[in-house]
Order: sequence, then structure tokens, then C-alpha cells
Amino acid sequence: MPVEIDIDENIVTAYISGEIDHHNAYELRKKIDEAAERVYPELLVLDFGAVTFMDSSGIGLVMGRFKLIKDLGGRLAIENAPKSIRKVMRMAGIEKLIEKEKEGNFI
Amino acid sequence: MKAINEMKMNFLSRSCNESFARSAVAAFTAVLDPTVEEISDIKTAVSEAVTNCIVHGYKDGIGTVYIHVKIFEGNRISINVKDKGCGIADVKKAMEPLFTTCDTGERAGLGFSIMDSFMDKLKVRSKPGKGTSVTLEKIIVSKGK
Repeated sequence: MPVEIDIDENIVTAYISGEIDHHNAYELRKKIDEAAERVYPELLVLDFGAVTFMDSSGIGLVMGRFKLIKDLGGRLAIENAPKSIRKVMRMAGIEKLIEKEKEGNFI
Repeated sequence: MKAINEMKMNFLSRSCNESFARSAVAAFTAVLDPTVEEISDIKTAVSEAVTNCIVHGYKDGIGTVYIHVKIFEGNRISINVKDKGCGIADVKKAMEPLFTTCDTGERAGLGFSIMDSFMDKLKVRSKPGKGTSVTLEKIIVSKGK
């Protein structure tokens, strides 16, 4: 399973693991969106702690979830992204947003 | 300049091969003793190039993706990723950051930006109806040096 979903009242946390590329991004976003659309969470957390590789498909994944959670009236947080993943995120300016709000990393 | 080592591989443009392609190229360059960050840069750039072939070049079906890796003196590697797909009419436009032909909002339009930023050199040649060839170059600063 490339993603474990944890639901705690108003917070949905997606623990993503392994590699994020174009091939498996579809499955990841299906699982995450299904939980988000069911719970309407205040906060959607994408936990990248166990992600070993990510290309720009991961940026698409974050941007797509950002749009969804905004439509649902919630906020998005990115947590535990390893150095190599942050380097890719920096390309989209997502890294800057994480840096700005250390506490909780809300974007 | 003559390559001191080289490797060629062809595979079908199925998305399950994206992981195989970047891992195979990374494994081939391992002899140069790259750092973890250099390996990650190469894998990311190759993944972007291969995904472009699959998503754009062969958007209407399955074709063959061609990869040719050469290693030169001075730890310089050159990676060519090629398809014989639909080609790009306006390469300059395609390379602009955030430009994407995808309207679902799930593709960032950062593929070429990442290739350009993670590698030392990026060359793109394309002909509509003929295909696209992307050449990525990087000099590996080996761990021990």
C-alpha cells in the first residue's frame, strides 16, 4: 500500500511511502481524495516521511490536493519531507511556503 | 570525444517502466561513485524525460522509448532519452516553467525546469510527427575527491 490514511476527527493524514511518479500518482490521489471528500477535514496532512523518490508528478499531487482541500474549506500541510523531496518541491515554490510557517507547515 | 563506456536500452512506453528506466540509468552511472544527491538528481531528471515520452510523445498509444547513456573522461555523463512520437511544435514554449498541456491540474508543468536545474546541460530537439530527443549532461563529483 503506497499510502496509509489516518483519520482523527477533523484531521486527515496521508502517510505516503515509496516512490511518487506519474505511474503511481493516480492511485495515491484516488485514496487521498476519497478520504478527504468523505471527511471534509479542517486539515489535510501529506506526510512525506517514507517517500524515497519524487519527480514533478509529486508537485502535481500536492497542487491538486491543495486545490481540492481549498474547495472543501480546509487547509493543507506538508510534513517530514526528506531533503531530496524538498529539493523537488522548491522548484514549484512549495518549499518556500513550508519554510514560512514552521509551525504546522500550513499552506 | 569518444565515450569510455556506454549503454543503450529500449522499452515500451508503459508507465510502469518509469521506475525501471531511472533506476537502470542510475545503476549504470554508479561506477563513477556519485553522491546520494547526484544519484537523486539523475533519477529525477531521467524520470521527467521518460514521463514526457509516455505522457506526451506517445499520448495516443504505446511506442518505444530509447535511452542511450555515455560516460566520458572527467566523470561526464550524457543521457539521451528519445521517442518517435508526436513531437513538439514549439519547444521554447514547452520548456517554459509551469507550461502544461494538461488541463486536469494534476501535472505541474515543471518537467523541463527540473531537468534543466538538476543537470548541468539540457538539449531538446523535436520535430512534429517525428519525435523528440532530450540530452541531459552532468559531471559527477565523486565522493572520494
